[in-house]
Amino acid sequence: MRYSLTSLLKQTLTGHKGWTPQWRDAAPKAEYDIIIVGGGGHGLATAYYLAKEYGLRNIAVLEKSWIGSGNIGRNTTIIRSNYLLSENISLYELSLKLWEGLEQDFNYNAMVSQRGVLNLYHSDGQRDAYARRGNMMRLNGADSELLDREGVRKLYPFLNFDAARFPIQGGLLQKRGGTVRHDAVAWGYARGASDRGVDVIQNCEVTGIDIVDGRAVGVQTSRGAIRAKKIGLAVAGSSSRVAAMAGMRLPIESHVLQAFVSEGLKPVIPGVITFGAGHFYISQSDKGGLVFGGDIDGYNSYAQRGNLPVVEDVCEGGMALMPAIGRARMLRNWGGLVDMSMDGSPIIDRTHVKGLYLNAGWCYGGFKATPGSGFVFAHLLAKDEPHPAANRLLLDRFLSGHIVDEKGQGAQPNLH
Amino acid sequence: MRIPCPYCGSRDASEFSYSGDATLTRPAPDNADAMFDYVYLRDNPVGVHREYWYHDAGCHAWLTVTRNVSTHEVIDAVLAHDEAAS
Amino acid sequence: MSISRRLASGGLIDRSKPINFTFDGKTYGGYAGDTLASALLANDTMLVGRSFKYHRPRGIFSAGPEEPNALVTLRTGARGEPNTKATTVELFDGLVASSQNCWPSPNFDLRAVHQLAGPLLNAGFYYKTFMWPAAFWEKFYEPAIRRSAGLGALSGLDDPDTYERSHAFCDLLVIGAGPAGLAAALAAGRAGARVIVAEEDFVLGGRLLSDSAQIDGVSAASWAALAEAELGTLPNVRILKRTAVFGVYDGEYGAIERVSDHLSVPPPFAPRQRLWKIVAQQCVLAAGAQERPLVFPGNDRPGIMLASALRTYANRFGVTPGQRIAIFTTSDDGWRSAFELQKAGAEIAVVVDARTEVAPDVRKLAGNAPQFLGAHVSDTSGYRRLTNITITDSAGQTRSVAVDTLGVSGGWSPSIGIATHLGGKGSWSEEKSAFLCNDLPPGMQLAGAAAAQWTLTQALENGALAGAKAASHVGLGLQAQKPILAGDEASGNNPVWLFKGSRRKAFVDLQNDVTATDVALAAQEGFRSVEQLKRYTTLGMATDQGKTSNVNGLAILAGEIKKTIAETGATRARPPYVPVAIGAFAGLHSGKHFKPTRLTASHAASAAAGATFVEAGQWMRAQWFNAPGENDWLQSVTREVKAVRSSVGICDVSTLGKIALCGSDVGTFLDRVYINTFSTLPVGKVRYGVMLREDGFVMDDGTTGRLSADHYVMTTTTVNAGKVMQHLEYCHQVLWPELDVQMVSVTEQWAQYAVAGPKSRALLQALLGGACDVSNEAFPYLACAEFHVGNIPLRLFRVSFSGELAYEIAAPAGYGEALFNALMQAGKALGVTPYGTEALSVMRIEKGHVAGSELNGQTVARDLGLGRMMSVKKDYIGRTMAAREALIDPDRPTLVGLRPVDRSQRLRNGALLFARGMTPAPDNNAGFITSTAFSPGNNHWIGLGLLACGLERHGEIIRAWDPVRSGDLELEVVDPVFVDAEGARLRA
Repeated sequence: MRYSLTSLLKQTLTGHKGWTPQWRDAAPKAEYDIIIVGGGGHGLATAYYLAKEYGLRNIAVLEKSWIGSGNIGRNTTIIRSNYLLSENISLYELSLKLWEGLEQDFNYNAMVSQRGVLNLYHSDGQRDAYARRGNMMRLNGADSELLDREGVRKLYPFLNFDAARFPIQGGLLQKRGGTVRHDAVAWGYARGASDRGVDVIQNCEVTGIDIVDGRAVGVQTSRGAIRAKKIGLAVAGSSSRVAAMAGMRLPIESHVLQAFVSEGLKPVIPGVITFGAGHFYISQSDKGGLVFGGDIDGYNSYAQRGNLPVVEDVCEGGMALMPAIGRARMLRNWGGLVDMSMDGSPIIDRTHVKGLYLNAGWCYGGFKATPGSGFVFAHLLAKDEPHPAANRLLLDRFLSGHIVDEKGQGAQPNLH
Repeated sequence: MRIPCPYCGSRDASEFSYSGDATLTRPAPDNADAMFDYVYLRDNPVGVHREYWYHDAGCHAWLTVTRNVSTHEVIDAVLAHDEAAS
Repeated sequence: MSISRRLASGGLIDRSKPINFTFDGKTYGGYAGDTLASALLANDTMLVGRSFKYHRPRGIFSAGPEEPNALVTLRTGARGEPNTKATTVELFDGLVASSQNCWPSPNFDLRAVHQLAGPLLNAGFYYKTFMWPAAFWEKFYEPAIRRSAGLGALSGLDDPDTYERSHAFCDLLVIGAGPAGLAAALAAGRAGARVIVAEEDFVLGGRLLSDSAQIDGVSAASWAALAEAELGTLPNVRILKRTAVFGVYDGEYGAIERVSDHLSVPPPFAPRQRLWKIVAQQCVLAAGAQERPLVFPGNDRPGIMLASALRTYANRFGVTPGQRIAIFTTSDDGWRSAFELQKAGAEIAVVVDARTEVAPDVRKLAGNAPQFLGAHVSDTSGYRRLTNITITDSAGQTRSVAVDTLGVSGGWSPSIGIATHLGGKGSWSEEKSAFLCNDLPPGMQLAGAAAAQWTLTQALENGALAGAKAASHVGLGLQAQKPILAGDEASGNNPVWLFKGSRRKAFVDLQNDVTATDVALAAQEGFRSVEQLKRYTTLGMATDQGKTSNVNGLAILAGEIKKTIAETGATRARPPYVPVAIGAFAGLHSGKHFKPTRLTASHAASAAAGATFVEAGQWMRAQWFNAPGENDWLQSVTREVKAVRSSVGICDVSTLGKIALCGSDVGTFLDRVYINTFSTLPVGKVRYGVMLREDGFVMDDGTTGRLSADHYVMTTTTVNAGKVMQHLEYCHQVLWPELDVQMVSVTEQWAQYAVAGPKSRALLQALLGGACDVSNEAFPYLACAEFHVGNIPLRLFRVSFSGELAYEIAAPAGYGEALFNALMQAGKALGVTPYGTEALSVMRIEKGHVAGSELNGQTVARDLGLGRMMSVKKDYIGRTMAAREALIDPDRPTLVGLRPVDRSQRLRNGALLFARGMTPAPDNNAGFITSTAFSPGNNHWIGLGLLACGLERHGEIIRAWDPVRSGDLELEVVDPVFVDAEGARLRA
């Protein structure tokens, strides 16, 4: 059923009896052309674009739990393309453009809100780095503005300008950045994919990848074996575990990233603000909660939860930047598993196993990439060649040295 | 998380820096493939993991910590130096 | 004047201490020992707010932290605290509170028009509309939604109070000081265990304060007071009142103590709140249980409350919230509430139990009140206050009963939230009608109602046993416990999750306005996992975190999808269990105290000399020195540069990392960590070195001097001091433990000053006299020495960052200020000039030295013109990976000098480089400007940049594109060394 004000009014008059499941709760068939492992944002988006852009229908998305249970369900909802390197900007900018038309495209209000993303700088060195970044963004078709201190003050007069340990000198603003109602993205893609014939299969855990003569031919699951011509892995957070089923070791560690939400408050923070002298960024949801986060905990983890030192570190950043939030209460704090790659950038590529494709290594940037990731992964799966916007995010870059290291931290995942 | 530092006793993990997999061995010079493996590829296992922690805010010892990455249970911590020298 | 609902006697309030407070501008009276909620109820003020979505009138619902409705903004101005639960606010004189989410008042709220649109605004309606046109979302729909959403408002002012963080260590942490917690603390405390008892309330006792039971022959409340008194005599027991344990983390518990929240303003030097981080060997979670409401049509009217809350208001606060009270229950405990209320003097109009069979002993508890078994409440009426309930009896007959208060009791859920923080899952027990937790955090036991040990006797026994066990786990003897004598009570329950009746909304989550119909709609639309239900309907996501709604919601979902509750499961509990102020987590680290401030030894002297300081990591460094008459930083910096180049200047370089290395294998060790060779470095010499990361990119650079045969001192960049130390320790301890090397960071131990300029030798000669011969012959370029002046050890290095004849002289930090002053004194006649980091930077750019903006972690040695330093005769960290294809690509951007074709133009860092006339496009990008400075020597701006094939492009005119600053100019590519290319000056 198409969603619109008309359908909503009509259903209201008939007691909402006519709403149907937003996606079919499909049971696995014996064989598919393409299996996407992972019913998170990236997996569902991939299936959606495979169906929509390439007319492929015989597709299954396998989710071990409920769809949207991964990082699409536990992030800080920010979208942006304010990266330094062309390799990343091209992908994230493609993603941002897709976000801009997403709701009309998949007929689901995911509350894409381009409220602006501001990264603050506190030193000349940071200013220079942001100037370079802003220039690189412009070069790659993204929008960026370099603000001085007064420019920042005009936008956010309540920030701590006067009694700061690291005074704000200015910021890099991307007006087209913003926030999205994250869960709705998973549901919207699931609905769109399902409507186009994709089987969205929940509670179906992949336990093995069947490889014959160097070619992936299917998967073993908790609901039986399923054959497939192509298999795409979109299981960030658990990429190493699943890739190990195909005998692969990845340039990835799994880490935990915590995020936080406060009690609901009347509007106080219009856009997204990132502190430049500590680990803290914040926005406010439409429901009124301050949504904030900081750095990863920094140790390998599969536990989906973190520890107090990082909670304290994040809140210290918050209190350094905006002491007015001191009396707002943290309501909920959760942790998600992230694939921290060795250069801090994602990997979207074929693998040494024919018919097996990898979409991994999203670090903490996965949510904003969702549409773009799905779009380029669908291209890779359908055409067997990388999409031009992601043709340098390949697995062999580590061997050749064409690494995409935004922060210049080297092969230590927890520093990215 | 608390780490039992052999020198300093049980200390909060925030006193330490983390640097990952401790099962890797630096390969001999000029073995580019082995060096690539060593620098970039990780088992990244579920469950028990042996990993390096550096007692930054303490004795400056590198520790080999055995920890369950699924439960965060710290099972053991020894001096990496002793392990490497043995 | 409103009616007083205060009972003539009874309660644990102190009637000798009246308290005045203000709610919504009106002044009321209460007593010490009241909560804001009990005092409002005593003043017959039930309606205190409006609901989140429909703005329906809502009254006080509970008597504790589970409160979904009675959220107020406490205090005013910068101390205003939105969303504060009136049921947990300890009343203090002068308290000011106001209602939220309603305008102009809870009694008359204009946004109540939302109710008219009620049928439209069901679960997830917003996902289906507001999409057209796309631009309208940010402009129109969203602002409207945001304005009406949210609850209370932040003041927007900086929080004026302070917060502390404290660490505590104990054998046993007891969470909750109700019967089970007190019994546990007594048992463990008597056995000698170090016990911390954390109680969220301001009085110990928990349910003991709400019950009229007898324990050991005294009233329950007296027993609690006696237990507290005894615990107070035990030196090994610490009681933390007003302290909520909000989370279990790996190896520690987080708790929040509301130190001063019960006072109008924190006392001088006292924090508002204190965050406790408690390391406990053992833990007894005795947090009690949470009464469940019932879901039936019209169940949200002011006057409908948890039955146990009514009992608490009557027994603990001496307040009966209404005149005629009905009880609607599915549990024996509902009857007990009726009994307690009657005993306290309230009128029970009727008891309705959905169960057809109730034990006679239980039915007796209702006294003379009419009883309906197998019946339920099927409708209610009354807008701002409940006026009537409709009872549908077992035969289907309905009747209306006039009541102003309805107590609801749907059984109890153990408060196990924090027990699941480490990932343990609650499992549904049909027998107990509750989620229990078997998969507990290490060292934790549950006791009392938290373990579904419902009765008082069970709680006391169970608590004592848990306390004794905990003591024995930490090596103390298991002591026989004196039995505690208390009466027994019935605790039967047979939950019914949803009652049918009128077409009114049956609310599941009162705060987020989630109804049973919403849950059903979510299931109908395919949201069949509890987590999806939560996300689609927002059930349980309000400030009460679903304490009263989660179980009912998932049970209704289970019914909809024809599964058991066990199969449906619960959502994952996330900390904090109670909301905690962000300020408390930050502790003292806010504003200027965000991070420590590190000052160098010359700080005061530099300040006196006119220095402006700049943050360099945690350090404050002199950026430039303002001389009289200068009003522009560039003027000061230019003067400083000219002074150094023509005479002599002093710059504090103490912040550079300094690492002492000792041992017979230091040379070998350095060979392995630097790309160039150090094992050949003679004693008394310094060498510049570059380190790579193992991935082949440059990590850091600096000099290392050999002071004696087995004593070296290395310098690192300021920013990488810690990182390099860690790296070297790794190399030594993990990679090459066989090497005889010891190292220690001495950054803080030595103050170090650059003495630079053609007259630097003269200055040092004046200062040192015969202590050290600094002539070019005795002390040539790259010499170093350690010597004494008097009994002060000094170190001298002939190194130059500026390109001038220069030295760095170091003294123990304690003598740092004296050395700085002595240098200034000795140079007075030579016109010595102190210079800051800006002048330092200008001169290094003029000299083509790389610094942070070139050592950005993305460059290899060759990019920086340092490729020839890479030894081919030895292995070193990063060598193998540095040979990768992309790292040796001849087209990589390499370091070049840049100057504007139009010399009047200014260069800017971060501008992108393109071949002349080339359109800015990603594939055309040839590099960027890394560093810029106004060069006083050249009298124009100069820069360094990384440019593709840069070495071959000297003389080429290129384009610098800088759209973020509207810049676009032509540059000439030149050699990166702008002064003294032959290096004659530094060897002078």
